Amino acid sequence: MNTQEQVGAEARYQAALNEGRFLIQRCEGCGRHVFYPRVVCPHCGGDSLAWVEPKGTGVVYSTTTVRRKPEAGGDYDVSLIDLDEGVRMMSRVEGIAPTEVKIGMRVRAKVIDNKGAGLVVFTPEEAR
Amino acid sequence: MSLADLRGKTAIVGVGLAGCGEARGMTDMEILAQAATKAVADAGLTMKDMDGLCTANLMSAIWPLNVVEYLGLQPKFVEGTNVGGSAFVAHQLPSMMALATGVCDAVLVCYGSVQRTGTMGRKERTAARNVLDPNPYEAPYQPFNPPSSYALVAARHMHQYGTTRRQLAEIAVAFRRWAQLNPEAFSREPLDIETVLKARMITDPFTAYDCCLVTDGAAAYVMTRADRAKDLKKKPIYLLSNATAVWHRSVIGMRDLTVSPSKESGERAFAAAGLGPKDIDVVQVYDAFSINVILALEDLGFCKKGEGGPFVENGAIGPGGRLPVNTNGGGLSCVHPNMYGAFATIEAVRQLRGECGERQVKGAKTAVVNGNGGNAAASQSTSVLATAEAL
Ligand SMILES: [Zn+2]
Repeated sequence: MNTQEQVGAEARYQAALNEGRFLIQRCEGCGRHVFYPRVVCPHCGGDSLAWVEPKGTGVVYSTTTVRRKPEAGGDYDVSLIDLDEGVRMMSRVEGIAPTEVKIGMRVRAKVIDNKGAGLVVFTPEEAR
Repeated sequence: MSLADLRGKTAIVGVGLAGCGEARGMTDMEILAQAATKAVADAGLTMKDMDGLCTANLMSAIWPLNVVEYLGLQPKFVEGTNVGGSAFVAHQLPSMMALATGVCDAVLVCYGSVQRTGTMGRKERTAARNVLDPNPYEAPYQPFNPPSSYALVAARHMHQYGTTRRQLAEIAVAFRRWAQLNPEAFSREPLDIETVLKARMITDPFTAYDCCLVTDGAAAYVMTRADRAKDLKKKPIYLLSNATAVWHRSVIGMRDLTVSPSKESGERAFAAAGLGPKDIDVVQVYDAFSINVILALEDLGFCKKGEGGPFVENGAIGPGGRLPVNTNGGGLSCVHPNMYGAFATIEAVRQLRGECGERQVKGAKTAVVNGNGGNAAASQSTSVLATAEAL
């Protein structure tokens, strides 16, 4: 019996984010990148997934502005970002008004502190 | 054996609705039981005849047990697969197989929810589900789900194909016009395109008119074998086919936001039925959001991909239009108690029976039902139904 505690993919991903590092996975079987983190590759079924640092750049695939009362914090962006590695994630684009986030916009990832936990958000590339 | 071998072997012989709109003071189970009682009586059968059961509920993972106990059933066939709101369409294929093989003789499909007026309302129900079934890769970004996920779908469709908010508004207005012909519909006051366009945004590009209602409601129907169906009280409505496709769980897993699993479920369902979109008289699609209707019409082949927007223009899917869609008023204007699949099925049956009064599509002999489930068109289930003349 294995009594040693394991660190699953989900916990490992968040632990890296909490240290300010954004990692995704790459399958050693088929070579494709994988997100969100898993213990098995959804493309080929392989169970050997290496952690890699993405370039951090990508493009807005779709976007919506969630409307919220100003006293509750105001409107905010929810976007789907296609990373240049070929995987998609949900995130938000910061640094511009949520209604100014457009499909096709080039963006760059950064890790922020969200109530004590690391979180990936994006900013427009040209704004840097 | 293939799916086509089940064509016309089973029929829907009884339908019932209860607690639609507001069912203050009632529970999910109580209105479900009322709808079930009506469906069984409509078929000319008794509850004791129900030796098959299909049911699901978002609040209990083992809901069929609750229903068995409450209704006093002892089924030989139980199906509780929950693929979201399409479940009560997706329950048809296993029921067709169970009936055709003689595993059981009569299947009761039933659902009920008092999400609008219940002591545990929609907000509390959503919060509880997020605890039990978390999505850590979406939750920190606070999408207002399900609307935000479908808004992302709509935004991408608009970007890729030039679909407009006015075209989405056409859908809300068409279904409202159907609802005005349906005394059982929840929202019947007049609605025009300008009102939809000027309404406050909730999650762009959606206003409240793009989002389904939040109502109470229960729906039940009874299926049996074709040989037995002929001797029952009501005109049997035959199931020519049913197919379900599940491609993802949530919007981050939807590879192409402009194509839903209806593409696959529709192809399989039409092939087994031996019919195509041009043969269909009336369409019932799960309109959780306005964009669902465009995806369904495209993916089922009523128009080409990207042409759903122009297709719905000028009242084309409303009363008097070229294709009658959601003749009860749909989830947008008739009823939407969280999971709508059974309600879409029942409206198709009523149309094919000719029971729809002012909103009746004259001479309707064939219908398509398309169920939708999950936070982003994750599961789709398509059925083709027909009267005896179209068998
Ligand atoms: Zn792989």
